[in-house]
Amino acid sequence: VKSIVTVAAGQGFWGDSLDAPRQQVENGPTDYLMLDYLAEVTMSILQKQKERDPNLGYARDFIGAIESVLPAITDRGVRVIANAGGVNPAACARSVLAAAANRGASGRLRIGVVTGDDLLPRLDELVQAGEKFANMDTGEPLTTVRERVLSANAYIGSRPIVEALAGGANVVVTGRSTDTALTMAPLRYEFGWTDDEWDCLAAGIVAGHIIECGAQCSGGNCLFDWQHIPDLANVGYPLVQASPDGSFVVTKHPGTGGRVSVPSVTEQLVYEMGDPRSYITPDVVADFTTIQLQQDGANRVRVSGIRGRPPTEFLKVSIAYRAGFKAVGTLVYAWPEAMAKAELADRVLRERLDRLGLRFDHILTEFVGVSATHGALSGGAADVPEVQLRIGVRAEDRAAVERFTREIAPLVLNGPPSVTGFAGGRPKVEEIVAYWPALVSKKVIRTNVEIMT
Amino acid sequence: MRVRLLDIAHARSGDKGDTANVGLIALRPEWYDILARHVTTQRVAEHFIGMIDGGVERFELPNLRALNFLLHGALDGGGTLSLKTDAQGKVYSTALLRMTIDVPDGEGKSLGLPPAP
Repeated sequence: VKSIVTVAAGQGFWGDSLDAPRQQVENGPTDYLMLDYLAEVTMSILQKQKERDPNLGYARDFIGAIESVLPAITDRGVRVIANAGGVNPAACARSVLAAAANRGASGRLRIGVVTGDDLLPRLDELVQAGEKFANMDTGEPLTTVRERVLSANAYIGSRPIVEALAGGANVVVTGRSTDTALTMAPLRYEFGWTDDEWDCLAAGIVAGHIIECGAQCSGGNCLFDWQHIPDLANVGYPLVQASPDGSFVVTKHPGTGGRVSVPSVTEQLVYEMGDPRSYITPDVVADFTTIQLQQDGANRVRVSGIRGRPPTEFLKVSIAYRAGFKAVGTLVYAWPEAMAKAELADRVLRERLDRLGLRFDHILTEFVGVSATHGALSGGAADVPEVQLRIGVRAEDRAAVERFTREIAPLVLNGPPSVTGFAGGRPKVEEIVAYWPALVSKKVIRTNVEIMT
Repeated sequence: MRVRLLDIAHARSGDKGDTANVGLIALRPEWYDILARHVTTQRVAEHFIGMIDGGVERFELPNLRALNFLLHGALDGGGTLSLKTDAQGKVYSTALLRMTIDVPDGEGKSLGLPPAP
């Protein structure tokens, strides 16, 4: 057993820095590279892509990421774990293997492909077997949206990833694994933590939570002393250096920018937090009120004391469904009386939409620069130099939303004065794919691991 | 003594559906008790009147010198349904930092709390 295992985070979401994966394997040593690509709605976007082309449906950025770190995998033994598989992990693995072959690395990759999270093909069968999939927030039954469901995936835990690593995989590709399992699994594999070592498993989950958003724990988006965080242009993505007892250090490679400190790590710990005593995952329930942080030299934070307890009998399920259409239009009004002009434009536009007989489920007006993010707390618009009027509409009827997008530009010539900022053209109509959180019994989920070479 | 949260705490927020969370973290360990006593569920609910439709829940993390608030009905439906600029509640944290609290002068001075400007 190694005394320290290092996991480097190289991607906090699909769309994060393209260079971070390579920097994480080139700027210093690491055993594992962890790449998190999936957000709640990503699966449905991927499902739409797979419907158009059965060879798609995964995070395509991952192919470039693997190409950029290929020598580290083949020559230095760095292992990569990513939930880039989306709704088509096997196709993702085939693309990775083809890309590696093109770069002369044929036969050098063993890709562990984790499946079993995709419940879409089994959805009706599972409902018949008694699974309710009621909305966790509203309690509504799935029948409300069943006809409009685009994707349904169970959040699966660390076990199949551990299995893939034990099978000799140097790249592990999953679908909807929990973000935290991507970090916890290699620690569990290396240190041999068993199913009931709750404190160690919980520590691995906390390590995962800290680094799953990439640089958001190492100086990015950090409010504390943000004016003095050094060299954000060259921000170092985080590393976890873990010990067999579950304690670990969060740090970053030398020579990189950003900052790893107790405040930067604390900000990430509270990000998207619910009840801190019960951070529920498939493997363990972690208690965030037991976490102890200590600065351990420059850009090093030691994390210890974490307690965990047995998990629940359920897995969370992320269901995505079509929920109508929306569009958002903006115009900018300038001083003098910028706010009054923007408010008049809003009234004029709403009256025109009414006269057209258009019906929307929702219309929202915001005044960016005055009250969009802080509402009435911001204390008014006296003498502001400019205000962005931002109007959004939502409706089941695409045509109504489409018609709305034609009513913004005319305001430039036939509405209140001193208006600009319309160069982007007409707003785009977007189909809304909404999120339906639910639970499913663990006993009906079977994960599978296949090694592809 | 009136104290602004911006001067004694930092914060980060995120989302879960139509709920925004705000983690409020004391700038100095000895200031955590001030936050825990004065930034109550009730005060936060009053602060956000007109901005959130649902209730407020509060959790304590003395180990991190932090409080966690759940603001329900804060995101115009949340996720992709929301039409808000801040559909994912990313900057709700900064709106909470506008809050002021009244601390007894003696206690405020002994803890070195900066008075609100």
